[in-house]
Amino acid sequence: MKRYSAFAIAREALRHHSGWERAWAKRPPKKHYDAIIVGAGGHGLATAYYLGKNFGITKVAIIEKGWLGGGNTGRNTTIIRSNYLQDPSAAIYEKARSLYETLSQDLNYNIMFSPRGVIMLAQTHHEVRGYQRTAHANSLQGVTTEWIGPNRVKELCPIMNIDGPRYPVLGGLWQARGGTARHDAVAWGYARACSDMGMDIIQKCEVTGVKQEGGKVTGVETSQGDISCNKLGMVVAGHASVLAEKAGFRLPIESVALQALVSEPIKPCMDIVVMANTVHGYLSQSDKGEMVIGGGTDGYNNYTQRGSFHHVEETVRALVETFPMLSRLKMLRQWGGIVDVTGDRSPILSKTPVDGIFVNCGWGTGGFKAIPGSGWAMAELMAKGQSPLTEEFSMYRFREGKFIDESVAAGVAH
Amino acid sequence: MLILHCPCCGVDADETDLHPGGEAHLKRYGPESSDADFEGYLFVRKNPKGVHLERWRHAYGCGKWFLAARCTVTLQVFGTYPAQTLEPPADVQDKIRAVHPDWVWEGTA
Repeated sequence: MKRYSAFAIAREALRHHSGWERAWAKRPPKKHYDAIIVGAGGHGLATAYYLGKNFGITKVAIIEKGWLGGGNTGRNTTIIRSNYLQDPSAAIYEKARSLYETLSQDLNYNIMFSPRGVIMLAQTHHEVRGYQRTAHANSLQGVTTEWIGPNRVKELCPIMNIDGPRYPVLGGLWQARGGTARHDAVAWGYARACSDMGMDIIQKCEVTGVKQEGGKVTGVETSQGDISCNKLGMVVAGHASVLAEKAGFRLPIESVALQALVSEPIKPCMDIVVMANTVHGYLSQSDKGEMVIGGGTDGYNNYTQRGSFHHVEETVRALVETFPMLSRLKMLRQWGGIVDVTGDRSPILSKTPVDGIFVNCGWGTGGFKAIPGSGWAMAELMAKGQSPLTEEFSMYRFREGKFIDESVAAGVAH
Repeated sequence: MLILHCPCCGVDADETDLHPGGEAHLKRYGPESSDADFEGYLFVRKNPKGVHLERWRHAYGCGKWFLAARCTVTLQVFGTYPAQTLEPPADVQDKIRAVHPDWVWEGTA
């Protein structure tokens, strides 16, 4: 793999850009791999990458039904933060956030990580208490966040109206080291690094069956033929239940649509990320100038990658009070993704009833921010059979009542 | 916009009037049941890519619960029926099989 550098840009500029290589190789599937990862989204590619980088396991295939990064990895609002209440969540999300800081250097691929800061607005007294509690929890967890008052919020985000009649801004939970990154670049960067380690990325290859012998996984049946493996990682987000059914077990997951939309591009007006959970909306401005808006989920089972229009309307209507200038913006595009939601709104990184199958799913409405940490932890789980980061995220926690209850902590999409 | 016919009050309600209630026909396990059964009842879901039998409440209408058969891929609604029904009525099952010939009623789980 030729490294990307300022020198490479200068060199290619002088020879009509004829020397750029394909970022990742296109190879047909082999008969056998040490490990197969199903799902070439951010989480799947990151899992494969850290299997190779941290554990030297490089006979790995990443199988993708559609195209690389074409699911939720390319459909989210790219927010990165780690200000969670519960200790296990804070550990894995903070691991992810810290890996994001140096990911561009690590992958030699510019993922455009922009630690511009994230505010979670408190617009009710209940939220004030909740976020002050989270700020205290974060300081015990070693996650740098602070509780800030409404005037400081206004200072950080001048376009905000802090004394709206219905949703006044009472303060916020500020994480200065949170921010955004280019979502596609995260998938592409990991894919390029995986391919460079000799891993095979096989796109347009659907897993149609999971082969087992004596309770142990032996391989997968795919639309491009049977492939055998010693270990299988299922990292397919919204389709986790569908794939688990092929392997013969069920998951505490429901798949629902989550939507986002962007406005026409405008001049820079907002250099932080704002999440307003009371009104189910979050907002940031992309480098192209579009206002990127995320909303809430639809709430009913759905695999269509489309959402209901009224949710868009509700999200925008609620945000307009806090951001009055939005009322004059035209919206350009709207899209949806299928998110896998668990009962406690926390992910599942776990062994399964089938020996050799590991599952990484349930990231629900907030998976993008976790990609490097999720891959790091999942790789350790697959390589060693356990990981300190995944212990609490077992799929069996629901049976035992050991919830990691971020649904109460966040109240909404997170 | 998803439109469901409320079998309780007869209104064709659109989804802003409705509140989704998740998978229908769950068997309710109580305090004496095994941990696995209890987990299954409370958390584990079929979450099918295809025909889904589900609960809805006509929240901003008559306020009553009812059940619906819907496809999670096409959003086609096969029919709605009262919440007190133990299995989808024959006409709803016929409408499902017209589109999904392999679909079978698996019983209450």
